[in-house]
Amino acid sequence: MAWTNIEMADEIILFFKPYSSVNLGIGMPTAIAERIPHELNIMIHSENGVLGVSGRPKKDSASPTLINAGKETIAIKKGASYFDSSMSFGMIRGGHIDYCVLGGMEVDVSRNLANWMVPGKKVTGMGGAMDLVNGSKQVIIMMNHFSKDGVSKLLPQCLLPFTGLDVVDIVVTELGVFKPTGTKFEIIKLAHGVAVEDLKMDKTILN
Amino acid sequence: MNNKNSKVFKDAVSALFDFQSGMTLMSGGFGLCGIAENCIDALANMNVSDLTVISNNIGNSGRGLVKILVQDKIKKAYCSYVGGNPDLEVRMLNKQIEVELVPQGTFSERIRAAGMGIRAFYTPTGYGTLIAEGKEVKIFDRPCIMETALHADFAIIKAQRGDTFGNLWFKETARNFSPLMAMAAKTTIVEVEELVEVGEIDPHDIHLPGLFVQRIFLGKNYKNEIEFLITEKE
Repeated sequence: MAWTNIEMADEIILFFKPYSSVNLGIGMPTAIAERIPHELNIMIHSENGVLGVSGRPKKDSASPTLINAGKETIAIKKGASYFDSSMSFGMIRGGHIDYCVLGGMEVDVSRNLANWMVPGKKVTGMGGAMDLVNGSKQVIIMMNHFSKDGVSKLLPQCLLPFTGLDVVDIVVTELGVFKPTGTKFEIIKLAHGVAVEDLKMDKTILN
Repeated sequence: MNNKNSKVFKDAVSALFDFQSGMTLMSGGFGLCGIAENCIDALANMNVSDLTVISNNIGNSGRGLVKILVQDKIKKAYCSYVGGNPDLEVRMLNKQIEVELVPQGTFSERIRAAGMGIRAFYTPTGYGTLIAEGKEVKIFDRPCIMETALHADFAIIKAQRGDTFGNLWFKETARNFSPLMAMAAKTTIVEVEELVEVGEIDPHDIHLPGLFVQRIFLGKNYKNEIEFLITEKE
């Protein structure tokens, strides 16, 4: 059985050390915020200028000036801080953020990531993704295993334009947890009942 | 015009009196959070064109800078993310506007560099990607690309509180790019929700010293729109 988004989030949280800092990308990774156990004491960073996101505000206390990078209203926890964008990206680029979790379009065995544009299609921009993948201590990609055409997004080589080279540490899909090693994808874990054939991955890149 | 010795102006229109076509404009805010609403409205009513605009999103969801975007006053834009801004996406596809997409950390640092007198810097961000094309590569511990400072003629920013010298205090995440832009522009216009006398903001609490601010006015009729209101589940 393939994992749900919440089960994928829980798999990712297993990588987080207590008292670490985490940046969560727009889209699928936002599901992680509310799954993080309180006792882990994780500081969630949002690149628009806040460290210490705690989840959602109560209905009557939502503030238009307190948002995350997805422009959604948030709440903060004790110990939180606000700062400008340069300081925020200094935290990222300077290697002070322990983990970032981003969505992905393609990941390849050489630890390359493509997640920001499809040539000829609508462009949304890279936002902070290129900074995050090059600066965070560990980069975790949370994505669907297959493209809309049913092809595995874990590839020998990315076909789409790169977001970053040699940057991905872990890939979590609904079928399992994978580690690109430079030549192959090491299977760390498969979802219950998922067989290697279900991954539809090139056999030469599986380990 | 205002009293020559004072930075305090009456409103956005008077503060923008010498803003002209062809100029480069920085505009603070992340999405709609912390945008200079009064100045944007004033620009929408001004007869200016061929602007170069440096702003993270160039507005969102038909609001903010989209007001001047749809008037086709913008010739070139620097931004990091245009998702959620269909008016810009259409103009990009039809090549009605030149857009330089800049990774957000590089974007903020290029602006900060301009304000700090740094001409260029090397960063690993973007190495090996489309945005590295034509840029100098230098290998330190890892390969890096050279990025240059981004300057502007004017910056329009908003702060929650400011004094008559231009010392500013920002609320929550509304700070984002605004203090950096204030440092990078030749003329920085600040609109505030609360304009106070000097001495009323504790020096410890000043997020941006007024040295970087040339003009300030008390704004009005703020909408402070929320793009995506998500609250705790009951």
